Amino acid sequence: MTHLADHRSDQLDQNAAGDYAFRVENIFRTYFLKGETVHALRGVSFDVRNGEYIAIMGPSGSGKSTLLNVLGCLDRPTSGRYLLDGDDVSKISDYQLSRIRGRRIGFVFQSYNLLQQLNVMENIKVPLQYQGLIGKDANQKCRELANLVGLGDRIYHRPTELSGGQQQRVAIARSLVNDPYFVLADEATGNLDSKTTEEVLDLFESLNNSGKTIVMITHEDEVAARAKRIIRLRDGKIESDVLNQDRPQ
Amino acid sequence: MIAQFFQTVDLGIKSLLVQKLRAGLAALGIFIGTSTVIWLVAMGEGVSYRAQQQILELGAKNVIVRTVKPNAGGDEDANSRVKTYGLLRADYRRIVENIPNIRRAIPMRELKFELRLDDRTADAKLVGCVEEYLELNRLQIARGRWLSPRDRGKKVIVLANETAKRLFPYENPIGRAIWVGSEFYTVIGQTKDRTASAAIGGSLDSRDYNLDAYIPLKTLRQRVGDLVMKRVGGGQGFNFVGEDVELSQITVEVNHIEEVDETAQIIETLLRKYHETQDYAVVVPRELLRQAERTRTMFNVLLVVIAGISLLVGGIGIMNIMLATVTERTREIGVRRALGATRSDIIGQFLIETVVLTASGGLAGVLFGLSVGPVFRFIKRAIMTISPDSLPPIVDSLEPRIAMWSVLLSLGISLGVGVIFGVYPARKAAYLDPIEALRHE
Repeated sequence: MTHLADHRSDQLDQNAAGDYAFRVENIFRTYFLKGETVHALRGVSFDVRNGEYIAIMGPSGSGKSTLLNVLGCLDRPTSGRYLLDGDDVSKISDYQLSRIRGRRIGFVFQSYNLLQQLNVMENIKVPLQYQGLIGKDANQKCRELANLVGLGDRIYHRPTELSGGQQQRVAIARSLVNDPYFVLADEATGNLDSKTTEEVLDLFESLNNSGKTIVMITHEDEVAARAKRIIRLRDGKIESDVLNQDRPQ
Repeated sequence: MIAQFFQTVDLGIKSLLVQKLRAGLAALGIFIGTSTVIWLVAMGEGVSYRAQQQILELGAKNVIVRTVKPNAGGDEDANSRVKTYGLLRADYRRIVENIPNIRRAIPMRELKFELRLDDRTADAKLVGCVEEYLELNRLQIARGRWLSPRDRGKKVIVLANETAKRLFPYENPIGRAIWVGSEFYTVIGQTKDRTASAAIGGSLDSRDYNLDAYIPLKTLRQRVGDLVMKRVGGGQGFNFVGEDVELSQITVEVNHIEEVDETAQIIETLLRKYHETQDYAVVVPRELLRQAERTRTMFNVLLVVIAGISLLVGGIGIMNIMLATVTERTREIGVRRALGATRSDIIGQFLIETVVLTASGGLAGVLFGLSVGPVFRFIKRAIMTISPDSLPPIVDSLEPRIAMWSVLLSLGISLGVGVIFGVYPARKAAYLDPIEALRHE
């Protein structure tokens, strides 16, 4: 394993904006709960280049979830900058955050979070609807993505008619439908058995091979082992940020 | 835009169908509310339409002057057994001579009288009238003929349908003689059934023409006279009281409908000079019509208020359900927010869902409301089969009339209820913290 921090910042200075998917600069996130102040993030800085596959690890209470919320534009940092494709999104309105989530980020959740009243096709289409993209092109795209994740023959099935692994594939298809800058997966294999975990991780890997940037939040070493780069958090700070050289090729 | 709207409506329907029973029960309140508005208004319109028809029967161009029995007591001759009151033949002459613009004035005297034939009797209303009475009251001759000027003073009689049936259940009455008091009268005609007209003046009941018997006014005056003695009270011996009335009613028809009110006032002023007591009433059917219209409006306002309350209750039910739905679907809201839904997207989704719920209840209510006619007739027939005499006549003859405004109003209100009671749950959903919502189990 090699430490990255130094040589990467050199590169960043040389590269203009656009080469990286996003960049966080000295992010702090402080909560005030019942008179107590909780410092969930205390100065986190890193950047992720396009096409990277990174795993963010850490024990519970390390600030993992808080970082996920900030990266997913669900929460705003107390201080620091979060640059997404060159735009600082750390101080924008709820409305704008919603638009950015819809256009630039693809979410994959631990518990799949498919909408029960919709079928596979309609579930994949949801992010497009919020951008006003509906019609034939949208349907065509959803069909292609369903094929990509291997569920082309089940597009009219309801989530309850699918296995956990299949549901997560639908969720992955859904996360890709808006052509996001990066896919943000939160313990995406946490509810799956080891066999389907492998299948889903294979899917992520093939997506990454085709150029997708993937940010995987996980506490499982086996899952993190498939990533190209691993960031470990502890007590709201980055403990280590290394390239994963043990990655099976 | 429009495609997106329909997609949201589609989503709303799908979401509601997840909990079919609950959605159905919630919509039931709105269903009952809207169908109640339409039903009640249709009933009210039916009643008031009939009342209006009855008033129109009296003639919109007519001023009706009626004899009214003055209140007892305060009379100078309280002990007198004969009460003299009412319109006079002199009044009739005065009206005809003094009031210009009247087309005609038709006098009439009516009294209860027993008609007899062998052992059959009929308690008829004996009407002394002139020839125009037939046309004025839109009576029609079933057989025989109506009174003619040649009959004046003669002992001839025209029977109304029901009167004729009682005296001649099986035979043709024309040419037969019947007893009117102590004299024989020859039956010359029989009228057809005629629907009752509105109550006027002193009489509370609507005027029923079917138990009448018509004789020339002159005959009545000469043969029966103005004074009518009646046996009253029980105990030993006979006790008679008498009423001395010249005319029961004068129907004045004016040339133009606009002159009705003015003419009524002139008649009122004219009569006041000659009558010490208020033993007459001037009735303007047109005024009755206006009163009926006012009553109808008040009635409708009342109905709409009642219906409004029932829709309010329905709306609160809807809001309750939607709040429960928002709580249950907190996770869904979080997911949608993460996938790019703005707050207004969420508000739109839940608002449309609520409106879909109330609108479907409202539409079903309108459809059921529109079926008021057949359904009401069916219920009426069912009750009639079980116990034929249990329905009061007003219900029996009631025909509901659907008012278009009530349909539009109830549909509009049901949509409005959806919007008003949907806003709060929808806003509640939209302002959930997406992070909390995603974590919600």
